[in-house]
Amino acid sequence: MSDTPRAGKPRIATCSLAGCFGCHMSLLDIDERIFELAELVEFDRSPIDDKKKFDGRVEIGLIEGGCCNEENVATLREFRRHCDVLVALGDCATMGGAPALRNDIPLAECLREAYLEGPTVHNPERRLPADPELPLLLDRVYPIQEVVPVDVFLPGCPPSAEAIWQALVALIEGRAPELPYELLKYD
Amino acid sequence: MSGSTRRLVIEPVTRVEGHGKVTILLDERQRVREARLHIVEFRGFERFVQGRPFWEVPVLVQRLCGICPVSHHLAASKAMDRIAGVDRLSPTAEKIRRLMHMGQIFQSHALHFFHLASPDLLFGFDADPSVRNVIGVARHHPELARQGVLMRKFGQEVIRATGGKRVHAIVAVPGGVNRSLDPADRERLRAEVPRMMTWAEDAVALARDYTLEHLEQLEEFGSFPSNHLGLVTADGDLELYDGLLRAIGEDGATLFDGVQNERYAELLAEEVRPWSYMKFPFIRSLGPERGWYRVGPLARLNVCRRIPTPRAEQARRAFFDALGGAPCHVTMAYHWARMIETLHAIEQIERLLDDPDIVGDDLLREGERRDEAVGVIEAPRGTLFHHYRVDANDQVVMANLIVSTTSNNEPMNRAVRQVAERHLAGRTEIDDGLLNHVEVAIRAYDPCLSCATHALGRMPLEVELRGADGALLDRRTRD
Ligand code: SF4
Repeated sequence: MSDTPRAGKPRIATCSLAGCFGCHMSLLDIDERIFELAELVEFDRSPIDDKKKFDGRVEIGLIEGGCCNEENVATLREFRRHCDVLVALGDCATMGGAPALRNDIPLAECLREAYLEGPTVHNPERRLPADPELPLLLDRVYPIQEVVPVDVFLPGCPPSAEAIWQALVALIEGRAPELPYELLKYD
Repeated sequence: MSGSTRRLVIEPVTRVEGHGKVTILLDERQRVREARLHIVEFRGFERFVQGRPFWEVPVLVQRLCGICPVSHHLAASKAMDRIAGVDRLSPTAEKIRRLMHMGQIFQSHALHFFHLASPDLLFGFDADPSVRNVIGVARHHPELARQGVLMRKFGQEVIRATGGKRVHAIVAVPGGVNRSLDPADRERLRAEVPRMMTWAEDAVALARDYTLEHLEQLEEFGSFPSNHLGLVTADGDLELYDGLLRAIGEDGATLFDGVQNERYAELLAEEVRPWSYMKFPFIRSLGPERGWYRVGPLARLNVCRRIPTPRAEQARRAFFDALGGAPCHVTMAYHWARMIETLHAIEQIERLLDDPDIVGDDLLREGERRDEAVGVIEAPRGTLFHHYRVDANDQVVMANLIVSTTSNNEPMNRAVRQVAERHLAGRTEIDDGLLNHVEVAIRAYDPCLSCATHALGRMPLEVELRGADGALLDRRTRD
């Protein structure tokens, strides 16, 4: 690994793969504490800022969503390479979540339904989307630990803002997060 | 592709998050031959929702989008009300849902304006990207950043108080809701309203001043005449929860009006183009070439005759007085229109919190089961359509969704093309102006590419200039 460790505040990077951005919304649901977080850490690449590439090591990487196409896999591997601690944020990253409902259905059927069958579809040439610009879809949706090793799992759809906050504070302080039951129960 | 064409790739979010990207193909004279916004992800909701019990759908479909989950929750619920045979909810159930919806409009618009778009407006399109983000706003305009965060928080709290959770609510069920508003929550929220009203008015003023100061530049920027579509009441008032479909042409003439939601598929179709997973909706009677339309805040102001709350109505009049009457086609005026709706949302929230029904206990209605239904709602980003068929076992057998951002697909592509033509004319190199301006033009639509899959606003860009043989000729990246 060529990244050199950097002095200063710990860095956090986040990304959304096959997720709905609800986990990112839950992160923003820490409300005013976002300013506190900005004091504690440096934001590295994330959809909420303009940084696009890793240019050094990052202490904490948060991944929302599983992998549904080849590009998700490449992004995930890049995160794993650059992040000391990789966190599976939410049910999609942890076990595929709602997008993995397609795993029991042949992909071709999903595409047919969306682009050939619907009551508003206009597709006289009956062509499915297929273009060099579109990354290849995977046969099914993979949770991230089926692709790379994961250090911390934060279940929930989404995990609550409080759960994310407590886990982040623990990781920033170099501790393993231990969350009380109330922060991990589901609907 | 001829030997002398060149291909530019702009990847907003994509290479990083895998959601969308832009390619621009130049001909031998460096003119734009083709400009495309590709949506590169596909989920398959319409297929995998089949087989699920219909009463589960309003909770499931929220997972299409964590930024506007309430819109999907309510559009599906409205369809499932009808499946359950219920045409009219109890007053309490309808008001709880409306309150949640207004909370959603308020939080989503605040998120977009303050967290995502304000850096462009405050620092300029060409400002240093390292400050052009919400943390930069917090450093240079701390009070404004704080207001933005607290406005979003308030909207999210309205959703939590009504829906049970801030993200992915669990309240609407076919025929009504499963809980009422806790009087303590009502008091707490009510106490916050005056402050939110003031800040919403301030935000309208901020968006107005920005638009009017830069009007000459903005009128040229990614703007073009188009059709517009949205929901209105039978009297033509703005109506975000349960209206009739109205569409107008680029000259403001009515294309259709008073259309019941069930008839949407007679009027609208979606063209499939092989280079994007996002379809291209159009008005059938005009065909795919001329029938495309815009949705969202600007389109809604254009199709309504009035806003039924006083402060937002006053703001609407000021908007059209300043911009030369309806319809307005200035793409960047979306921001101002969005803030007018934010003001409308807080006015509605005030009304609903003051309504005694909001803490009532008559929550559910029943009726005779139907097989097919449509639910349409105005989501923050525009008209959202959910259409389902259900079999005798209560299982979904057909689902069709037209999500808001999809309707803005063609307009976003046009905006990209127009910006590219202006900035690339005769050049052989990519400059930052192209990166920034394409980004700003797409962002005006607040695209929810997660619904259609999803970019959370800030779009880091990378442009590659390639010869037809694939060799890299130039690359510009902004980190
Ligand atoms: S876990 Fe839930 S909230 Fe998070 S991305 Fe997946 S569907 Fe969205």
